[in-house]
Amino acid sequence: MSSQTKVRLAPPALWAVILPAIVWLLAACSSVPPAAGLRGSGDLGVVIERADGRVKVIETTGRSVLATVDGLGDLSHASVVFSRDARYAFVFGRDGGLTKVDLLEARIVGRVLQAGNSIGGSISHDGRIVVAQNYAPGGVKAFDANTLELLAEVPAITEDGRRSKVVGLADLSGNRFIYALFEAGEIWITDFSDPKKPQTQRFAGGNQPYDALVTPDGRHYIAGLFGEDGLAMLDLWNPEQGSRKILSGYGKGQEPLPVYKMPHLRGWSVAGGRAYLPAIGRHEVLVVDTGTWQEVGRIPVKSQPVFAMARPDGREIWVNFAFPDNGWVQVIDTVSGKVTHTLQPGRGILHMEFLSKGHEVWMSARDDNKVVIFDTASKQQVGGFESASPSGIFFTTRAARTGF
Amino acid sequence: MKIPPLLAHVAVFLGAALVAAFASASETKAVAPEEQRARELIHIVRQDCGSCHGLTLAGGLGPALTPDALADKPFEGLVATVVSGRPGTPMPPFRGIVSEPEAEWIVDQLMRGFPLDAGLPPSR
Repeated sequence: MSSQTKVRLAPPALWAVILPAIVWLLAACSSVPPAAGLRGSGDLGVVIERADGRVKVIETTGRSVLATVDGLGDLSHASVVFSRDARYAFVFGRDGGLTKVDLLEARIVGRVLQAGNSIGGSISHDGRIVVAQNYAPGGVKAFDANTLELLAEVPAITEDGRRSKVVGLADLSGNRFIYALFEAGEIWITDFSDPKKPQTQRFAGGNQPYDALVTPDGRHYIAGLFGEDGLAMLDLWNPEQGSRKILSGYGKGQEPLPVYKMPHLRGWSVAGGRAYLPAIGRHEVLVVDTGTWQEVGRIPVKSQPVFAMARPDGREIWVNFAFPDNGWVQVIDTVSGKVTHTLQPGRGILHMEFLSKGHEVWMSARDDNKVVIFDTASKQQVGGFESASPSGIFFTTRAARTGF
Repeated sequence: MKIPPLLAHVAVFLGAALVAAFASASETKAVAPEEQRARELIHIVRQDCGSCHGLTLAGGLGPALTPDALADKPFEGLVATVVSGRPGTPMPPFRGIVSEPEAEWIVDQLMRGFPLDAGLPPSR
């Protein structure tokens, strides 16, 4: 190898041009938006920044913020559902705005102002219809999930001519949706199979339903009642039986405490054959057997629960509280039925969202302007980031669940 | 004794200013809390009252609390609602969370158009 071949290099003058060109090209590569590269959407999510009409698009694998999307209007009490492919988030704003956000490209791809005052929404099992539930004008509206074109409207007007606020909307099989009427105390099921000709069935509910849930199997609908001591339950496999009261008189005639924030009900509270329900106006979580629908226990907690959410494996229930105790979170062990941990993750804990297998929980600390991430095994903080007045946190894994 | 003209002018001016000050004070009906507490109260109204009445106070489960919506409501009745709640509805009493003078100030501010929330001061 002694006889070396002479390698021809470009003259130094040429390098002076090539090198900066290479540097510039490399730099340009890194500024290409991440959406241009391939990525999945299964570990994505959305954090609502309620005061600024803005959402943060996050990813849970590296616990990072990918992008910020502006221009979503009044997001107090905003909620989100996802398209079946977990690429699009439908954000329902308080001001009646329905905004479709492409998570991969981090931009708004559709937006309609569909009501004066809205509280949330839902998506059909086939993913084609998005339904919004409205306070004003009270009722539900169905939209084409692709185009956000209005398909149908069902005003929540009862026979006496009164209009009610709609609460507790949830998706059922067969492009049906179930919801409750606050003033009228009724439960309605609307079938949008023929989207332009919705058919509605009406059931008696109870006094002032404030929110409701459908169990993860889609069989039972439970509405929390503000106006009476108990909850209304409708067996959707036997709807002809009508709704019945469960946990009737759970307050045992005691005067309820003032309620500074209405509890939220969703299918997340069902675990291991039991439902864990926030008692309204009381410092208790109620435990009901989902086979017999009898009360099997009640767990004293620090204050009035807002969310009682089962970790996805069902072993723990995490509970946050109404103002002025919204800086606390308690963890209930479902085997012993007792509170095992009392945490102070931040000021103004408005919402908690578990990763789909339950090893982490993300919590929004509104008054500290941050999202905090806790390991559910160690109960220690493992991450977090700044966020302006965060409220709801929604992961795309909701796309695969009934009632979300 | 002859009063110097300059002094007379000053006296009349001060008198007028005092009358104006009293007149405007009786118009506001409410005494502003000190700055830190005012900031807390604004935060509570926007964020926590806002969970039912909306962050913009345009209404939700509870009715709108905008100046237009409150224009024909009696001031004292609104103060009583804040302090004692409204039985039969979800409106809870805020006695123990805000004092009566603070409730008066809140209602007065609501009727004028409620200030924006600057957030809570950072925790220690």
